[in-house]
Amino acid sequence: MNPNPAQAALYNDTVVRQFSIMAVVWGVVGMLVGLFIAAELAWPELNFGIPWLSYGRLRPLHTNAVIFAFGGCALMGTSYYVVQRTCQVPLFLGKLASFHFWAWQAVIVAAAISLPMGYTQGKEYAELEWPIDILITIAWVSYAIVFFGTIGIRKVRHIYVANWFYGAFIIAVAILHIVNSAAVPAGWMKSYSAYAGVQDAMIQWWYGHNAVGFFLTAGFLGMMYYFIPKQAGRPVYSYRLTIVHFWALIFTYMWAGPHHLHYTALPDWTQSIGMVFSLILLAPSWGGMINGVMTLSGAWHKLRDDPILRFLIVSLSFYGMSTFEGPMMSIKTVNALSHYTDWTIGHVHSGALGWVGLISMGSLYYLIPRLYGRKEMHSVPAIELHFWLATVGIVLYIAAMWIAGVMQGLMWRGINGDGTLTYTFVESVKATYPFYVVRVLGGVLYLGGMLVMAWNTWMTVTQGRSVHVPVPVLAPAAA
Amino acid sequence: MDITTLRVLATLLCFATFLGILYWAYARRNQARFDEDAAIPFRQD
Repeated sequence: MNPNPAQAALYNDTVVRQFSIMAVVWGVVGMLVGLFIAAELAWPELNFGIPWLSYGRLRPLHTNAVIFAFGGCALMGTSYYVVQRTCQVPLFLGKLASFHFWAWQAVIVAAAISLPMGYTQGKEYAELEWPIDILITIAWVSYAIVFFGTIGIRKVRHIYVANWFYGAFIIAVAILHIVNSAAVPAGWMKSYSAYAGVQDAMIQWWYGHNAVGFFLTAGFLGMMYYFIPKQAGRPVYSYRLTIVHFWALIFTYMWAGPHHLHYTALPDWTQSIGMVFSLILLAPSWGGMINGVMTLSGAWHKLRDDPILRFLIVSLSFYGMSTFEGPMMSIKTVNALSHYTDWTIGHVHSGALGWVGLISMGSLYYLIPRLYGRKEMHSVPAIELHFWLATVGIVLYIAAMWIAGVMQGLMWRGINGDGTLTYTFVESVKATYPFYVVRVLGGVLYLGGMLVMAWNTWMTVTQGRSVHVPVPVLAPAAA
Repeated sequence: MDITTLRVLATLLCFATFLGILYWAYARRNQARFDEDAAIPFRQD
């Protein structure tokens, strides 16, 4: 397109390369920790009596590593790639983007050290202590400046919708993090929440559910809206549907948090609002899924021989599944059965392994060869192998947790004719044992797939070279 | 004005905004530009 690339500005892909590689690395690490704690639940002796290896300390390490390290790096890398390509300008303040990368890695390393040592704020998905919270804020503000700055200097008049989703993710997570992490320090690695009692719980789950909504949904939908059209070679099915489901998602997600606090001290009306908005959320969620899947309409045959497209489309089917399951579980009577059981864990993982994991892997498989001057990954059959390992792993994992969860719920509510409980708690633990073993098996497969990806990435990167892509000079009509 | 009235107004305003977005998205005269916008990822590389 550009007749004289030597004079043109270059896209800043170094930071995209860094984030993409680290997404793969942290993916392996985070999933390995997950597999280890899954094994601990089946075989508790595996903590060897060492506090650092105890489940309670490693579980937040697992969640932080897979969400913020793996998912975060994948989101940050792809968003920097997408925003440059769809705005047709290099990154605004490239040095700040580089600082953002290193600051984010520092956050991850700080988490990996402080969590096993037992430092925690005790808030789920917001465990990191206040000095690390401040570092997160600095990294995040840098991210926002680079991202929105790039949009500000764009050469394309319209802001492509993938950037709306990435932008919503950046803004919402900034607000959530600052509000929920407000705390009174009581020493270097100790603090108390700024809120008390049920308000604290409500703010925590306002944060927690919107972390799902804006980190794990909006961000990855941004990925979806760029990489599915690119890999399928056709524009998104309906741009109108994209607009409507984006705004519907934005207007409803913020209200859904109370469904995490059904039957607690939270006022009943607040619980009901949380339930109603969670049910409404089905519409925008499925709008996104339908839009992504239908992008392939008329080109379904591509699914047969393109494993990357299969990653992307199957991730959407898991998205559809878990966003159907979620609203159902938010109904109070269903929640009475499902809450505190492994059903919740199954639900989260159908979203995390199925949706977030597969869409990231598919996007990285698209991205990595292009960043290293190659047409495709070193081994396409290895992508195929990864796809099947991951899919079978997910199915084993979530099927085991569904059965275990419903069984636990039924056992806990079982009441004899005389009003006494039918089962003791430990009987439900014993009954769960085989399902925990099946989950470990699912985890082995999923991690195995990730290792195949790491090998494939290594081969692709070492045999390729970093390319510097010139920014195309637009014809005035296109601008 | 008391805070509850303000909240009610904010909710209604959000809803009206959403209806406006709905109208904007489905207005026939915007169809062509949305087709162009959807093609943005294909403009280069």
